[in-house]
Amino acid sequence: MKGNSYLTRKIHSLLGVIPLALFLVNHAITNYSAFEGGLEGFNKSVALLNGLPLIYFLEIFGIFLPLFFHGVYGLYVAYQSNWNNSRFQYGRNWAFTLQRISGVITFIFIVWHVYQTRYQVLVGNLTHEQLGNQMYEIFTNPVSVVLYTIGVLAAVFHFANGMWSFLVSWGITVGPRAQRISSYIWIGVFVIVSTLFLLSIVAFRSEEFAETASAVRTWIG
Amino acid sequence: MATETPTKAGKMVKFIITRQDSPEAAPYTEEFEIPYRSNMNVISALMEIQRNPVKTDGKSTTPVCWESNCLEEVCGACSMVINGKPRQACSSLVDKLEQPVRVAPMSTFPIVRDLVINRERMFNALKRVKAWIPIDGTYDLGPGPRMAETKRQWAYELSKCMTCGVCLEACPNVNDRSSFIGPAAVSQVRLFNAHPTGEMNKAERLETLMEDGGIEGCGNSQNCVRSCPKGIPLTTSIAAINRDTTAQLFKNWLSF
Ligand code: HEM
Ligand code: SF4
Ligand code: FES
Repeated sequence: MKGNSYLTRKIHSLLGVIPLALFLVNHAITNYSAFEGGLEGFNKSVALLNGLPLIYFLEIFGIFLPLFFHGVYGLYVAYQSNWNNSRFQYGRNWAFTLQRISGVITFIFIVWHVYQTRYQVLVGNLTHEQLGNQMYEIFTNPVSVVLYTIGVLAAVFHFANGMWSFLVSWGITVGPRAQRISSYIWIGVFVIVSTLFLLSIVAFRSEEFAETASAVRTWIG
Repeated sequence: MATETPTKAGKMVKFIITRQDSPEAAPYTEEFEIPYRSNMNVISALMEIQRNPVKTDGKSTTPVCWESNCLEEVCGACSMVINGKPRQACSSLVDKLEQPVRVAPMSTFPIVRDLVINRERMFNALKRVKAWIPIDGTYDLGPGPRMAETKRQWAYELSKCMTCGVCLEACPNVNDRSSFIGPAAVSQVRLFNAHPTGEMNKAERLETLMEDGGIEGCGNSQNCVRSCPKGIPLTTSIAAINRDTTAQLFKNWLSF
């Protein structure tokens, strides 16, 4: 069992779920707290996450490296397929192609989004408490709102359809009936998680987030 | 010169055929009009062109090459792309096809000439996964274990594969940039692993699918199962082998 494409692909698939899918869902819930609890609710959630022990360790080994591996190998997997949707217009074939397109969109979107948020905190331009305000600033530009909406929908589609594929790739949903029921479930998850993200975009545009949090202090991770 | 066709009714069927003179030559298309006969299929239309290789514009050309054997959709030799879909020419009835009928080779495979392709990669794949049951020995091994009837029923469906290549043509992951073995061989592994004697080599077959170009190449487009002329449940086979290879992976790890 030396390094071969089977093992690489299995790791790619596993990382898509643990930790990436878990992170994405967590991220949707954190952001939704901006809709539910306003600035205060959002800041509490951010503080909660950053209060986790070993946060830098978790960020590097739990998010950054898995994302990098899954993303880069995912680009390679996407490059290896020849889309043929005009000849085979079946739902699953569209999902196959969209899985790859949404992966590429997600990749670009994540780079941009991390640059605007986590990177700015890293280089000291922002504190964690100013992130809500930063989102407000970003969304004053309608183009950003559109791009974020596209990015978020692509990421959530990629996650939900990826979960469907994951269950097939590991032999959990084997027969056609199991796979059909699985697709209903993941369509439902897609709708719910997308809604959470879209509502948080709405929330970040409210006046409440216009004010920079008064106490500018760096959060100690 | 174009000779007037001898049919009384004068009903003609139009064909647009993608041709290629040699493996390296550039493809081109030619149009033919063929006198209609009832119940004709794509093979009989090609035979008509062979008899009278004259294009719609009246110029004569070389006869179109194709392959066929059984003429009853069991040998898989006559697979080609007909009106955009890969299928067998012998079971493609002209009455059921939209006109003009567009015929092209299955270009996922190396093209030998016109509609003739080389499906060698499929036979190599069957050798690679050992799609047979080794029972040769120096003495009589006696009767093998029996197979449960319920299992035999689904295994029989898998045994209908004729290595026609339609599923590879339909698969977006079978191409020059990927070494994916293709759906057919994965399903054959399931077939031979299901057999009580074949099962003795189960791990060996699974392990060949856990190497480069093995089962990981599947990206779940599921075009194969929609395209297989034999109705083989290819995606069920793939998912079942996904399960078996995953189990094999852990087995290998824990028993080093
Ligand atoms: C938000 C971050 C991401 C999450 C949550 C995520 C999640 C997943 C999941 C769960 C799978 C299913 C694994 C499987 O098929 O077994 C998957 C597959 C895939 N991912 Fe991602 N992914 C993310 C980012 C990316 C990026 C940035 C790319 C880059 C293009 C990418 C490319 C792919 C590809 C090509 C597949 C398809 C594998 C296949 O179906 O054969 N992913 N992803
Ligand atoms: S599985 Fe079906 S489509 Fe694929 S080679 Fe066999 S008969 Fe043809
Ligand atoms: S000639 Fe055998 S399948 Fe068509």
